[in-house]
Amino acid sequence: MIRTVSTEEITKHIREMCIEANHYLSPDMDQALKHAQDTEQSVLGKKILNQLQENLAIAGQEMIPICQDTGMAVIFAEIGQEVHLEGGFLEDAINEGVRQGYADGFLRKSVVSDPILRENTKDNTPAVIHYSIVKGDKVKLTLAPKGFGSENMSRVFMLKPADGIEGVKEAILTAVKDAGPNACPPMVIGVGIGGTFEKCALLAKYALTRPVDEPSSIPYVKELEQEMLQKVNRLGIGPGGLGGTTTALAVNINTYPTHIAGLPVAVNICCHVNRHVVRTI
Amino acid sequence: MDKHISTPITAEITKGLHAGDYVYISGTIYVARDAAHKRLAEMLDEVETALTQEERETLKRGEPVKKITDALPFPLENAAIYYMGPSPARAGRPIGSAGPTTASRMDRYAPRLLDLGQKAMIGKGKRTQEVVDAMIRNHAVYFAAVGGAGALLSKCITHSELVCYGDLGAEAVLKLQVEEFPVIVVIDSEGNNLYETAIQEYAQI
Ligand code: SF4
Repeated sequence: MIRTVSTEEITKHIREMCIEANHYLSPDMDQALKHAQDTEQSVLGKKILNQLQENLAIAGQEMIPICQDTGMAVIFAEIGQEVHLEGGFLEDAINEGVRQGYADGFLRKSVVSDPILRENTKDNTPAVIHYSIVKGDKVKLTLAPKGFGSENMSRVFMLKPADGIEGVKEAILTAVKDAGPNACPPMVIGVGIGGTFEKCALLAKYALTRPVDEPSSIPYVKELEQEMLQKVNRLGIGPGGLGGTTTALAVNINTYPTHIAGLPVAVNICCHVNRHVVRTI
Repeated sequence: MDKHISTPITAEITKGLHAGDYVYISGTIYVARDAAHKRLAEMLDEVETALTQEERETLKRGEPVKKITDALPFPLENAAIYYMGPSPARAGRPIGSAGPTTASRMDRYAPRLLDLGQKAMIGKGKRTQEVVDAMIRNHAVYFAAVGGAGALLSKCITHSELVCYGDLGAEAVLKLQVEEFPVIVVIDSEGNNLYETAIQEYAQI
């Protein structure tokens, strides 16, 4: 049965999601940050984690964005194949939602129209939109505004099959070590393994939208996530990069089939302001 | 150690600050990030090509040159520059969210500004050896503010005004009044680096 969804409604949701994501962290992130406060060994690290809690409280109560870098709006639009979209062009509707959300929410406009000419578009558009057609009659929107302090520290490694799981581990540790204080630790680390060059990057980005308390459903990947979280936290980088036992809150790994000749690995680093809001229409 | 300092940030103050100190700043600080630094550098390039031989010598000795001081949009002598681009202010507030941005993107410009008298940089993340050398040469310090705590930090800002480059939007140069603005000395005027020492303390691999 075909179900009709109006693109106007999508605009309205995206607008609200931009504002929500930049003022409130999801419950899983909130829990993870509170847990870190209890376990952090460094005195300065603990002090910073306390400040992050205070920051979150002020952000929510006084409607001041959690971080001034309110990001480039990354949107995953999963559209059920039974859905009939009515109204204007979907992409315009999504960008209009971003435009309204960033204006009405007093969010920073951080997008330039061209990577070399660098003129600010002044409304934070365009968004980066990833569409997929899925089963069913719903539209699932995931909005993840991404700050660039951490985005800039992300990496793609084209490993060889012989590098195996050890190569993957090394790639993750290398990216995190290089990121250090620049990525506003404690970080959340999204990892994509497999696919092609661009597919693994997308897997890593999507992994960041998975709740940090929800492990992979694949047994060996779940184990790898746990092992890498432990290893990363032994690097000593700590909150704010000023030393400590909380360098990351989670390592989320997604995998995909790949070619006989390759082992692509992408590490998308996110800061503690790991924003993601999901709505299903 | 907790310390409370007021601007201007003189060499006398910076010499008393050590990597790891927790410092509360009160007074005036300036805000500039990528695009503003680029414009400042372009402006300085232009002024410097018009200097006389004598003025060039003065500049080399690290002494103030009037043509340059006059051209600067704000006084660099003993100034603190905060690498930051705020979110827009809601009505009745001086500023929006206002946390630090990654300092390494300013590394290319920082030594020149330090040589012109700037004494403090506030940001987050690693710096290059060229910056550290310029800091030692000029008795300057590098402070980190907590990244991603922009709402909290905005509460320590009591006033904000535009200095120049308003067309750059979030990247304009601002003059802020701050009260007990919390920062940590990451690199002190002797080049000691907390990022390196503190991580070693907790590293287990
Ligand atoms: S890396 Fe994250 S916390 Fe740090 S400034 Fe960017 S968005 Fe904010």
